[in-house]
Amino acid sequence: MSTIVEQVSGAASEAAAPERALRPPSYWPFVVPALVTVLAVIIFPWLFTIWMSFQEWKVGSPTAFVGLSNYLRLPADPRFVESVGHTLSYTALSVLLPLVLGTLAAVVFHARFPGRGLLRALFIMPMMATPVAIALVWTMMFHPQLGILNYLLSLVGLPPQLWVFHPGTVIPSLVLVETWQWTPLVMLIVLGGIASLPTEPYESAQIDGASTWQMFRYITLPLIMPFLFIAAMIRAIDAIKSFDIIFAITQGGPGSASETINLYLYSVAFVYYDLGYASAIAVVFFALIVALTALLLVLRRRAQWNALGTDT
Amino acid sequence: MTAITRRNMLAGTAAAGAWALTGQPAWSEPQWKKYAGTKLEVILAKGPRGDNLQKNIKEFTALTGIEVESEQIPEQQQRQKVVIELSSGKPSFDVVHLSYHVQKRQFEKAGWLTDVTDFMKDPNLTAPDLVPGDFSAAGLTYASNDKARMFSLPWSVDYFILYYNKELLAKKGVEVPKTLDEMVVAAQKLTDPKDGTFGFVGRGLRNANMTLWTNFFLNYGGEFLDAKGNIQTDGPEAIEATKLYQKLLTTCAPPGVAGFNWMESMASFTQGRSAMWIDGVGWAPPLEDPNASRVVGKVGYTVVPAGPKGQYSATYGDGVGIPAACKNKEAAWLLCQWMVSKAQGARLVQAGGGVPFRNSVLGDAEIQSGVKMPKEWLQSAIDSGKISKLGLPVIIPVAEFRDLVGAALTATLSGADPATELKKAHEQFRPILERSEKA
Repeated sequence: MSTIVEQVSGAASEAAAPERALRPPSYWPFVVPALVTVLAVIIFPWLFTIWMSFQEWKVGSPTAFVGLSNYLRLPADPRFVESVGHTLSYTALSVLLPLVLGTLAAVVFHARFPGRGLLRALFIMPMMATPVAIALVWTMMFHPQLGILNYLLSLVGLPPQLWVFHPGTVIPSLVLVETWQWTPLVMLIVLGGIASLPTEPYESAQIDGASTWQMFRYITLPLIMPFLFIAAMIRAIDAIKSFDIIFAITQGGPGSASETINLYLYSVAFVYYDLGYASAIAVVFFALIVALTALLLVLRRRAQWNALGTDT
Repeated sequence: MTAITRRNMLAGTAAAGAWALTGQPAWSEPQWKKYAGTKLEVILAKGPRGDNLQKNIKEFTALTGIEVESEQIPEQQQRQKVVIELSSGKPSFDVVHLSYHVQKRQFEKAGWLTDVTDFMKDPNLTAPDLVPGDFSAAGLTYASNDKARMFSLPWSVDYFILYYNKELLAKKGVEVPKTLDEMVVAAQKLTDPKDGTFGFVGRGLRNANMTLWTNFFLNYGGEFLDAKGNIQTDGPEAIEATKLYQKLLTTCAPPGVAGFNWMESMASFTQGRSAMWIDGVGWAPPLEDPNASRVVGKVGYTVVPAGPKGQYSATYGDGVGIPAACKNKEAAWLLCQWMVSKAQGARLVQAGGGVPFRNSVLGDAEIQSGVKMPKEWLQSAIDSGKISKLGLPVIIPVAEFRDLVGAALTATLSGADPATELKKAHEQFRPILERSEKA
C-alpha cells in the first residue's frame, strides 16, 4: 500500500518537475494591476505631456509638430521668467518660516505643563481647514480699509499695511497664510522626533552644567536634524506646487506680482487653451521639482556624512 | 479676421429689422408638445440667471413635456469645462450658457454652435414674439456672425453703470458728475484719507480691471480693432484713458486698490468708505440688502459719465446656444427660447438679478412696476442700453488681452508711465493675436 502511494507521489513529483523548470515560480501576475494603473495614470500622462510639449496645440484648432519651439519661447517670455522667481522666493520663505516656528513650537509642546493636550489640539487646527476656505477668510482680513489685520496694527500704533494688495508685500503676506496653516505640520514631525530622543545625553549635559540653550543647540538640534530634513522636504514640495491659497487670494496679482509657475501654467492651459506651451511649462516645472528634491537629498546625505565625521 | 465693425453691426440690425417686418403669422404658436419625453442637459455658469432657470424649470416641463437636467458651475470653471467638452466633439450638454465677451469669437471660429437662424423663422418652433429685432443692438451683435446668421440667443446683458453714495456727495456739496472730467474733480473733493473715505473705487486687479478701463477708453473715442483687425489699445485714446484711470485710482481710491476686484470694491462701497463706483449693473441687490450693506437707500444709480469723444456704457453679456453636436436640436431650441422668454426675463429683472437683452421686457410698464430695486437703478439700465457698446474686442485671445493689458494698467497704479506700459504689453500681445487668427 505504502509503496503504491510512494510510486504515485513519485510519479506526480516527476511530472511536476519539468513543468516547474519550464515555468519558474513567478509572481508577476500579481504586479499587473498595479503596473497597469501606474502606466495609465502616471507614465502615460507624462509621455503624453512630453509629446504635447512638441506640438502647437490650441483648443479648437488642429495640432502641428513644432519641435522645440515651445521650449524656446520660455526664456523669452517675461511672465514665465518672473514666475520662476516668484515660485523660488515663495517656496524658500514657506519652508523656512514654518520650519523655524514649528521647531520652536515643538520644543514648547514637548515640555510638560497643564493643558498641554488641549493646546496641542488647538495648535494643529489650521492644518485641518480647507485651504480655499481659509484663503477667502484671509482675503477679507487683509482688506486695507476693512480688514481686521490693519485694525490690530492700529491698536499697537503701527501704520496700516497693504498686505496682498501691493506688489511689494504680496508674497510675504501669502507666506503668512501658508505659515499659519503649515507650521503645525512641522511641529508634529519635529515633536515626534524630540519625543524619540534618549534622555541620557541631557542628563549628562545637566551634570556638566550646560544651559538650556546649549542643550538645544548641541544635543536636540543635531539629533532632530533628520526630522527637520523630512519636514523641509515635505514643505518644499508642498510650497512649490502651492496653488489654492494664491489663486483664491490674489489670482497671481496685483499685476503678476504673485504669479508662480503653477498659476501661470494654469492660465496658459485652461484660460488661454495653449496646451502645447503649457505642456512645455509643465515639463520644465517637473524638472525643477525633481532638482529641488535631489538637492535636499544631497544636503541630507552630506549632513549625515558630516555627522559621521564628527563621531569618529 | 472678420471683426465686428460698425458697418457689420448696422447691416445685421437692419437685416433683423427687415426680417421682423416681413412678418410671420402672429396667431401661430409653436408646437410645444412635439418633443415631449426628450431629456435635455444644460450647463450654466453659477449666478442669478441659473437660479432663475432652476427655480422655474418645472413650468417648461409642464409646457413641453421635456425633462431638463441643469448644472451650475462657477463661471471660470464652467468656461473651461465647456471649451474642453466642445472641443472633444461630444459635449455632455444640449444647451450651453456662454459669456459673449470672452467666448464669442472662439466659439464662432471653432464652429461649435448650431445656426439657429432658420429655427427662428419657423412658426412651428418659435413663438411669434421672439424676433431678432427685439434684442438690443449689442445683443444682436454678440449673437450673430458677420453674415447676420444667429448662433445663440442673447440672454442677459451687463452694462457698466456709476453707483454713487448720495449721502457722501451731499455732505461735500458735490453734484452727480456728467462727464469724466467732472468725475475726477468730484472724486478729489470727496477723498478724505484721514476720515477713511475715498472719492472713487473700482477694479484695479489685473484682468478684472479691463472691464472698468474700457468705459474710459470708449468714451475717449477708442476703437478696439481697426478695419484689418489690428488691435489699437495702445493708441492715443488708450493712453489718455489710462492716464485718467491712473489718476482716479492713485489719488482718489482706497489704498491697495491695485489688488481690488469687484468684491473688494463693493465691500468698500457698501461700507460707505467710497463715494463712487463704476461696475456692472447687477450689484444692486447686495447694495440694497440691509444685512450686507450700510448704504441701503442712499445709493444713486446713473450712466457712466461722458468722455471727450462721446458717452458709452461698456457692455458685456451672456447667451445661450445649442452645440453643433447636439442630437435634440429642436427640443433644445424650445428650451433656449423659454430661457430668454418674456416671463423669465421679467422675473430676472424684477429681482435685480440681471437685465435681459430684450427690449420688450425692459420697456414693459407692467414688468417695470414689479421691479424690487430702486427706480433709478432700472432707469440707469434702460439708459445704458441706449449708449451700450461692446466692452471688449471680439477676438479669440480675450483672456490673454485682459491679462497682459490689465497687468500694464495695474503697473501704472505703482507709478509706471501709461504709454510705456501699454506699448510693452502690446509688444507681447500682438504676436499672440496674430498666432490665434492664423491657426
